[in-house]
Parts: sequence; C-alpha cells; structure tokens
Amino acid sequence: MALARPAAVLLGKELQTEFRTRELLTTTVVFVLMVLVLFSFTFDPTSIESRRFAPGLLWLTLLFAGSLMLHPSFTREQTNDTLAALRLAPIDPTAILAAKILANACFLLVAEAVLLPIFAALYNLHVWPVLGRMCVVLILGTLALATIGTVFSAISSQARMRELLLPLLLMPVLTPALIASAEATAGLFDDPAYLSPQWVGLLAGFDAIFLTVTWLFGEYLLEE
Amino acid sequence: MAIASQTNSSHGVTVEFQNIEKRYGVRYALHGVSLRIEAGECVALVGANGSGKTTLLRVASLLVRPSAGRVNFWETGDAHPLADPIAVKQRIGMVAHQILLYDDLTAEENLELFAKLYGLDRPKDRAAAALEPAGLLSRRNDPVRDFSRGMRQRLAIARALLPAPGLLLLDEPATGLDPAGQHWLGEILARLHSSGCTILMSTHGLSEVHSVVSRAVRLAAGCLAEDSAHSGDPQRMLAAALAAEQGA
Amino acid sequence: MSTLSASVPSDRGALTRAHSANFIETLLVALLLGAAGYCALFVAPTERTMGVIQRIFYFHVPSWWSAFVAFAIVLVSNLAYLRGRNPKWDWLGVSAAEVGVAFVTVGLVTGPIWAHPVWGIWWTWDARLTSAFVLWVLYVSYLLLRNLIEEPERRAVVSAVFGIFAAVDIPLVYFSIWFFRTQHPQPVIGDGGSLDSQMARVLLLCWAAMLGILVLMIRQRYRVEALRWDVDRLRLTAAQSASELSARQGFAMGEGQ
Repeated sequence: MALARPAAVLLGKELQTEFRTRELLTTTVVFVLMVLVLFSFTFDPTSIESRRFAPGLLWLTLLFAGSLMLHPSFTREQTNDTLAALRLAPIDPTAILAAKILANACFLLVAEAVLLPIFAALYNLHVWPVLGRMCVVLILGTLALATIGTVFSAISSQARMRELLLPLLLMPVLTPALIASAEATAGLFDDPAYLSPQWVGLLAGFDAIFLTVTWLFGEYLLEE
Repeated sequence: MAIASQTNSSHGVTVEFQNIEKRYGVRYALHGVSLRIEAGECVALVGANGSGKTTLLRVASLLVRPSAGRVNFWETGDAHPLADPIAVKQRIGMVAHQILLYDDLTAEENLELFAKLYGLDRPKDRAAAALEPAGLLSRRNDPVRDFSRGMRQRLAIARALLPAPGLLLLDEPATGLDPAGQHWLGEILARLHSSGCTILMSTHGLSEVHSVVSRAVRLAAGCLAEDSAHSGDPQRMLAAALAAEQGA
Repeated sequence: MSTLSASVPSDRGALTRAHSANFIETLLVALLLGAAGYCALFVAPTERTMGVIQRIFYFHVPSWWSAFVAFAIVLVSNLAYLRGRNPKWDWLGVSAAEVGVAFVTVGLVTGPIWAHPVWGIWWTWDARLTSAFVLWVLYVSYLLLRNLIEEPERRAVVSAVFGIFAAVDIPLVYFSIWFFRTQHPQPVIGDGGSLDSQMARVLLLCWAAMLGILVLMIRQRYRVEALRWDVDRLRLTAAQSASELSARQGFAMGEGQ
C-alpha cells in the first residue's frame, strides 16, 4: 500500500530519533509523576476514595502530559525545514501524519508503562489482576490522544500562541474519549472488576472515526 | 573530490508555469508568471531579494500551492503531462534555503532515510555512494548537527541528487560553499546538464556555477521582468543582475 | 472594476434595492420576534408545576435548535471550502460559527436562570447542559484558532479542518455525556415529558423567530467578511503596483552603473 511503506519508514525515523535522546519520554514521565503526587494532596488517598477519584485523575494527567508532549511533533520539523523535505518526497502526505500518530502513541504507551506501577502504588490500587483489560483501555485511550493530539499539533504549529492553543483545542474534542477511558478504568477497580463493553465500544468507535477523518482531511494541514 | 559515475541518465522533465499567482495576505509573492522550461535547459533565476525566486522554486517543487494558475510537467517525449503529483515528485530534486536534513541523525542515516522514501533499492549503498563524491564519507557516522556550514550544504546537494532527478531545483546553492565546493557544484551541474537533466537555479551571481547556464530569467516584484530567450544573452543578464545587487 | 467588489453593488439602483430589502427583512424578523414574545408570555398556558418561570423554555429550547442549525451550516461551509477553495464558504463558516456561539451562550445563560427558582441551584451538570458547555468551548476554540492565524488562505484551510473534527465530535460528546449521566444521575433541567399542543405551537413560533434572527445575523456578518476581502484586495493591488514601479526604477538605476 502506498501509505504503509513510507509510514513505516517514517515511524522508524521518529522512534530512532526519540530513543536516541529520550528527552520527550523523561520529561513526560517526570511531569506525570509530579501531577499525581500533587493530586494526592487534594483528597484522602484511602482505598475507597482512591477508587472513586484515581481513574479520572490518571486520564486527566495523561491528557495534560499529552498536550505538552505532542506539541514538538510538528514544531521539531520546523528546524532545517525538514517537513518540506518529507513533503518533497514522492509519498502520500497522510503517511507523514500516520507515522507521527503511531510514534506518539508508542511514546505515550512507554510513559504509561513506567507510570502504571507507580500510580497503583501511590493510590493503593490492585492493577495486577486486571492488567490485561487495563491494557486494552490504555491502548484505545492512548490512540485517541495520539490521533487528535498529532493532528492538532499540526494545526497549532501554524498559529501563534501555539503552546497554549494545543491544550485548548485538544480538551473539548477529547471529552468523549476522556469520559470513556476514565469510566472504563473505574469499572476495572470496582468490586467485582468488570470491563464495560459500552465504554470500550465508544473508545474504539472514537478512534475509528477520527482516524478516518484524519485520513480524509489531514493532508490539507500539510500544505503551504 | 571525485565525480561519481552516473548510475542512470536522467532524461529531463519539461516544466510549464501557467499564469501563476501566489498571495500571502495583502502581498503578492508571484503575480501572473508564465514560463516554459524545456527538458534539458539550464535556467538561471535572478532578481532582487523578495522578487519571488524562492516562491517560484517552491511552486515548481509542489511544496507551495499557487493561489491561481497551474504548473504542468512532461517527461521527455510524452504528449500528456504527468497527472499524479507523487509521480512528479519522484522526478524532482531540490536544494532549498534550509538544508532539509535532520540534525539528530547522522549523514548516512539522513541519506538512507530519503533513499527509502524515494523508493530506491539498496538504500544503504546508495547513501554511501552519494556521500563519497561530496567528500563526506569520512564523516558518515557524525550527526549533521556537528557539520560545518559548507559540509551541511554539500550534504543537502547530495540529498537532492539521490533520486537521479529529471528536474533539479536549486535555491542559491553556492551559499556556504568554499571555492572547492563551488567547483564541485559546477562540475555536477555540467554533468547533469550534459545528461539531459532540466535545471532551474536561483543565483546571486557567483560565476563558478554560471558556465552551464543556457538561459536567464529575471523576476521583479513577483512578475516576470526579463527572459533571455526573448532578449538575448543570458551571461549579460547575469552580469547585470550581479551589478544591480552590488549597486543596490 | 465591477468584479473587484464582492460586497457592494456597483450601481446606485442596486444599492438602494439592497438597502430596502435589508430593511424589510429586519422588520419582518422584528415582527415575528414580537409575536413570539407575546405568545410566549401571554398566550401559552401556564405550566402546572413550575409556574411563570417555565416560559423561559420557549427561548431556552429553540436557542439549542438554532445553534445546531448554525453549526450544521459551519460543517457544510468547511467541507465546501476544502473542496473548491472559494473564499465565500470561509466567510459563511465564520459567520455561522459566531452566530452559533451566540445562541449556545443564550442557552447556557437561560438554563441556570430557569433552574435557580425551580431547584434552588444554578448548575446541575445535567447531560444537555454539560454537552452544551463543551459545544460552546469547541466553537469558541474554532474562533480563537482563526484569530491566531494571520494569513487568510492558511486560516481558512486550517480552521476548516478543525471545524470538521469539531462537528464530527459533537454527537460523540452528546452520547458520552448522556451515557455518563445514566450511570451517575443528576437533576435534569427542562425535561417535561409530553408537550401540550398549544405549548408546542408557541414553541415552534419562537423557533421560527429565532431562525429569522439567525439568518439575519449570519447575513450581516457575511457582509462584513466580504467587505474585509474587498479592502484586502484593494491593498493588494496598490501594494503590487507600488512594488512593480520601484522594482523597475531600481533596476534601471543599477544598470546605469
């Protein structure tokens, strides 16, 4: 497929660049940890309270972290005008977006893998028994964040006040995904643990719909 | 620095600009530019800063979408223009104002990446083969961030030549090059010109690269002001442009 | 030069006709609004449980419907602009978005005004109100984004893409918040079950009046954009002539050396 090969090549480049410096990853992990600690002062982290508030907090924190971390996605490409280099190449422009979405999803997932055990420890939550189902929610929710976040990073990189603009644009659009992820996660820490098919369905639908919209309209964002 | 042997001859691409207009807000970067460049021509683009040279080159490379007008491309001998923008991009090499390379990747990694994106076989070998004539083989594993200005420009030129383009677009390519580098650039352009590649080059009048120029076109305030195809000697136009800039 | 002006008709007769048409439209809408207001306040029967305050319902509900009509226009404009790049779709898009935001604001303000005397609270996070709040933020962001991009063509393209994302998001927002509320119920503002037929008629009349205001406001705002375009075009032509002139003079001087 004309999209898959160049996207794979570019994904390789994104991963190669980030894992060489690891600056995004380390900054994101430290930021999320800081927020989780601060939030713990706003309520009494006993088991019952934790189960009520922690899932929402986790996703809210990931949303904030994402909106900071997704920002360099396109601003990095302004150095040496490398975005023009990619657009000059004989590839479908959507491949550029696809590669960045997947790369950002990977980075977020790696950060979450580091954070999940710490999160469980800080808020006394039993993640191990529901780990598999937790991963389903994490992957779907992260994909939502990465998709919208990457596209909106392309949007905000063309505007002024871009650091403030990205979170502003991101949050209302991600509302359904945030609610679905938080609710699905909360269900997993309930007694007995259950994975809500409606919320997971909504998340999967959200991802499918917005990946399609990106595929249809994303390339217009890369024009000059 | 050696000249690498051509792996395959590049038949040139014919380019035609039809009434190109590009607006940026309340300013025209290009206004009613119509120009046809036949396959194999080597055209120098001259004009003051802000006259639209860079914009014209970016329109030719399909980076910039014109506000009005169109650009058409033909392969040598074809009656119909190339319809697919991806097919057009496959035939274009560009040296821009910025180097279009990743600072965090090494010279070899950069060229390998672009070789893959251009669908070239054996990308690693191609990258090494491109580094050698540019005199950068010894620095292949160094990140581009550590390169001097001249080396970065040489690598940028090597990058443009990777797909053996039929249309080579150059925006002030001699910038940052030392005399040896300029000589190397002149040799490359001569070789490409003799193999039939179409060249469109904006220049500020450095003589080293002018020996191959067969035509000169001058832009002023986004319009086509003078074309040596109509009004005579390209070398005279180049000299006049250089004088005008030094005088201004 | 007649093609230069998008907004102002070129001959006096057409100008006068345009002004008269404008005046008549405004008069009609004013009459409609007056009739709707009168019916809402005096003709419609008083609601059993909530009393007189319930009459705000006749403006609260149609504002939502009108906002949705406006946002549907925004979506159509965004799609049409990306397809043909005709700037008139961009003008329509921003006009409809601003009017839509105005109507959502009316809804968000009348909701609490209604809620407070009835339930004693200003805000309940009920599904419709919360969704409307997100809707408000969404389209205010659309307008803010437009403000932060100067170059008109980029602004039109980028905001069109964002507008499509926002529009696709709306049903997802409503559904997710509604489903969330079924799991975590809160007092609901404004759901009354079946509607008395007299009330339904007054409601529709009020909606017709609001749609009249919608059309009028969008047209006025559209005219402002068209005027802006004309001014920009004039500036463009003037700047181009000036720079061409100075370029010719500059080159002549240089050659003379």
